Amino acid sequence: MNIAAIVAPESAALVLPDRVQSSMYTDPAMFEAEMTRIFERTWVWVAHASEIAEPGDFKMAMVGLQPVIVVRDRKGAVHVHVNRCRHRAATVCEVAKGKTNSFVCPYHGWSYALDGSLRGIPYEAGYAGTIDKRKFPLRSLRVEEYAGLIFASFREDIEPLSDFLGGAKKWIDLFMKQSAGYPLTTLGEHKFRFPGNWKIQLENTTDAYHFPLVHKSFLTATDKETEAMMDIMNNGGFVEDLGNGHSVMVMVPGLVDLDENPDAPIPHKFEALAAELAQDHSEQEVRRIVRAVGGTGFNLNLFPNLGCSATFFRVLQPISVEETEVRHVALGMQGGPKAANRARLRIHEFFQGPMGFGSPDDAEVWDRVQHGAQGGRDLWLMLNRGIANEEMLADGHRRSDVSAETGMRAAYRQWKLMMEATP
Amino acid sequence: MNLTMMAPAIGLDEATQFAWLEADLLDHACYEEWLALWTPQSHYVVPIDPAATEFEDALNYVYDDHDMRRKRTERLLNGQSISASPVARTVRLLSRFRILQADNASCELRCAQMLTECRRGRTRTYVTNVSYRLVRDAGALKIDQKVVRLINSTEALGGISYIL
Repeated sequence: MNIAAIVAPESAALVLPDRVQSSMYTDPAMFEAEMTRIFERTWVWVAHASEIAEPGDFKMAMVGLQPVIVVRDRKGAVHVHVNRCRHRAATVCEVAKGKTNSFVCPYHGWSYALDGSLRGIPYEAGYAGTIDKRKFPLRSLRVEEYAGLIFASFREDIEPLSDFLGGAKKWIDLFMKQSAGYPLTTLGEHKFRFPGNWKIQLENTTDAYHFPLVHKSFLTATDKETEAMMDIMNNGGFVEDLGNGHSVMVMVPGLVDLDENPDAPIPHKFEALAAELAQDHSEQEVRRIVRAVGGTGFNLNLFPNLGCSATFFRVLQPISVEETEVRHVALGMQGGPKAANRARLRIHEFFQGPMGFGSPDDAEVWDRVQHGAQGGRDLWLMLNRGIANEEMLADGHRRSDVSAETGMRAAYRQWKLMMEATP
Repeated sequence: MNLTMMAPAIGLDEATQFAWLEADLLDHACYEEWLALWTPQSHYVVPIDPAATEFEDALNYVYDDHDMRRKRTERLLNGQSISASPVARTVRLLSRFRILQADNASCELRCAQMLTECRRGRTRTYVTNVSYRLVRDAGALKIDQKVVRLINSTEALGGISYIL
């Protein structure tokens, strides 16, 4: 497959180690180049395995600006196809999520099997034997999975997913512990858009610095215990560059590994839940489930589009240079206690989504960033916070304090590498 | 004798007047009066799935009990939320009222709501179906459940830092 990458010759000058140019947010040509040079040339997260658990299950997704279908075939293999009929381009699926035996184009009725192969052409005699159906399957992407996270890539010769995730894998494994031994499952999602560039959201996932100010109203509304726990500027957390553009921000060091400190006191806010769980579960199980309900104390940012963010997945989808869609996918325990999953849903609703106590305030400041970036386009976006105290760990990862902009520097280093790479 | 038993069934006029009162209180930021309109066990719900009728085990945009409603109004008043400072100006129009079920103690009211917001130079409209479960409590109507179903609830929304 040959996907022509748009050249972005000046990108090198836009990214310095400690700052980037404001036009990163505002230049439409740069956006077009990003969509091909980054999103069509790396691993992009498209689904969690639980969203397409059974044969025939599918969901619509995007890889960059290209619509795709993620589907599990009859043998259980996952495919990602471009959602475009090979005849005259109409989408073959417009249902966000569902179950099917095939994909049929609504225009002239060409039909495709779950593996993408072209099965049927109505009135095929009209081609007088000149069409070879084997040459017109749905275009398929490379697909690989790690710990239930399904990624796709347009690039046939891309490195294995495992290598791409590299230093992030350890953190994915830690993140997945928040299902208390039950299979992790998605519980629905909040979807909203803000009028700003996608990288503004990318930066935010490892930005502790904004939390006490932008989320003041959330901190006021929550209980005192949670407020103290979320005093993340003062809790000894850190940010680490994990390589390949990935980074992790540890906000609550005591909640990195949920299997550790199983005897830690149950927070007051979960006492009623613990009492309810105790009716059907041992004390040890109750403690494990309660810790899972609270989620992990870190945000893992996987370049370019997924965040494993404390208790949920944050998926970002660029729409245009100045519009971005964000999905916050709620997570729970498949077959786990109803009370525990309810608690997870209420925690998600409290902060996330267009009517949560957190997300609308994030969206507002991101909107303000995009607006402000129209002024002084020659000025720099400063990303030098925490650079002075950054240490190099034995594994080559850079680490600094929790409010350092180390994660953003990591993402832009990868951005620059990809934008400059020879296609 | 139980006075509730003697009251007439809740009629369309009474229910409509009540829904308009609630709308007026929200548009004019009279949150204390708004909070007093609810029964103790009531829920204010903005679901994602427009067909949902059970909400507790589903992800919603809003699933507020009394405590969460109070927090939500405080957030609109305390100036700490940048998306609610100032709160968007809103005007909501309620029409197409229909009583689906009624007796002298309760009723199910359904109506259409068109809400326009204006904030920071941007005007947006949200169109919703609203379902109320109203109960008569010491002579006055109270909200036992209010479900606001956005017609675009499964699409990407903008931030909504006010009460639908």
